[in-house]
Amino acid sequence: MSKVIIDINRCDFCGACVAVCSEDAIELRESDIAIDTKKCILCGECRDVCPIGAVEIL
Amino acid sequence: MKERYDIIVVGGGPGGLWAAKHAAERGASVLVLEKDREIGIPVRCAEGVSEDGIKSVIDLREHWIAVRIRGAKLVAPNGTEVVSYPDDSGFILHRELFEKDLASMVSECGGEIATKAYVCGLLIDDRSIHGVRVLHLGKEYKIKCSVVIGADGVESRVGRWAGLNTRTSVECMASCVQMRLTGIEVDPEVVEFYFGKDVAPEGYLWVFPKGQNSANVGLGMSGKYPKKKRPISYLEEFIRRKYKKYSILNIITGGVPLIPTMKEIVSDGLMLVGDAAHQANPMSGGGIVNAMIAGRIAGKVAAEAVKEGDVSRKRLSIYQREWYKAEGKNNEISYKIKRVIDRFSDSDLNKIADTLLQIPPEKRSALRIFKVALLRHPKLMIEAAKVFI
Repeated sequence: MSKVIIDINRCDFCGACVAVCSEDAIELRESDIAIDTKKCILCGECRDVCPIGAVEIL
Repeated sequence: MKERYDIIVVGGGPGGLWAAKHAAERGASVLVLEKDREIGIPVRCAEGVSEDGIKSVIDLREHWIAVRIRGAKLVAPNGTEVVSYPDDSGFILHRELFEKDLASMVSECGGEIATKAYVCGLLIDDRSIHGVRVLHLGKEYKIKCSVVIGADGVESRVGRWAGLNTRTSVECMASCVQMRLTGIEVDPEVVEFYFGKDVAPEGYLWVFPKGQNSANVGLGMSGKYPKKKRPISYLEEFIRRKYKKYSILNIITGGVPLIPTMKEIVSDGLMLVGDAAHQANPMSGGGIVNAMIAGRIAGKVAAEAVKEGDVSRKRLSIYQREWYKAEGKNNEISYKIKRVIDRFSDSDLNKIADTLLQIPPEKRSALRIFKVALLRHPKLMIEAAKVFI
């Protein structure tokens, strides 16, 4: 099954993806970010908005 | 941290700290919870403020100012440069120093601040909010309060937990990236703005000087474009084109909601401030002054509501109305102007630049630029009409 993968080596923890998530499925801390796979609907908007291309759906 | 406060502010940026200060100086017990390890860091911001704007919210201290800005250079897609020297000047701040001083002011008024304090949920009974759950140095605490002020930024979840719709659509989210460059040639009194679909589609690129040889160089563009080409790629291309040599001191990314303020920014025992409430100016993306205007009102209203023992949505909505009068209404107009500008093609922007060159530089204010652009170019007027009517 596909899922959202955030490359934390590239992520700057800015929160742009959190703000566009319709399902409140992303949890962002100081230098940690996690996707709640139970809530995620794989819409891809977090990937689309990322300024630095740190989000993929695999 | 105590077990109970009158007011808990989630987020220690300018909006949250200013709300805390204005609540604390009215005698409320206040706690600010910041998820990061340090107030003022990371600086996720271009650090520009207008002189009138910042002076309307605080007495400026000299050491906050990196440079004083006297002019703006607008660069059209074809490279035409329009320089303006408007009456209102601006500043590029040292935002880290600025925010640390705001935190000191909170403290001087009796407010408390905790860093590395991640709020992971609200305490809610029968739809009424009475505290937060916070993770602090490896332990979870439940802290009670009468009012929660969510100043938790673009990534705000406090509002969502309280049932408010804080989501921003991808189209209305500015996807931003910025580098601090040093070793470059820059006019320390002039900010530069670059426009065009090859520079920053439905957005702009900025060069904000931080001193004689360094600047914040960044761009924001509509969130609907990055999937084709990322902001970081646009920025790298621009920098390579523009500067022969440079060193990069930092890279930061960010998102700014470019939409009018949310309809509902209060609930029972809850208020939202700053990016969490979508209060940045939708045309410029500037948010520091707006967050502080909102924070000042929210802090005052929250403290008064606590004193009266009525923290209902109805009581707190005084904040919502006062914000609308102070800046919310302006933001609606800015949003419409932004939507008109988004409709301009590169050739429209080139024509506007040519027209602007005919106006004396000291008369090139933002509003005048917009008016002249529309009056002299009937086709653009039609585009404007589609948005305003």
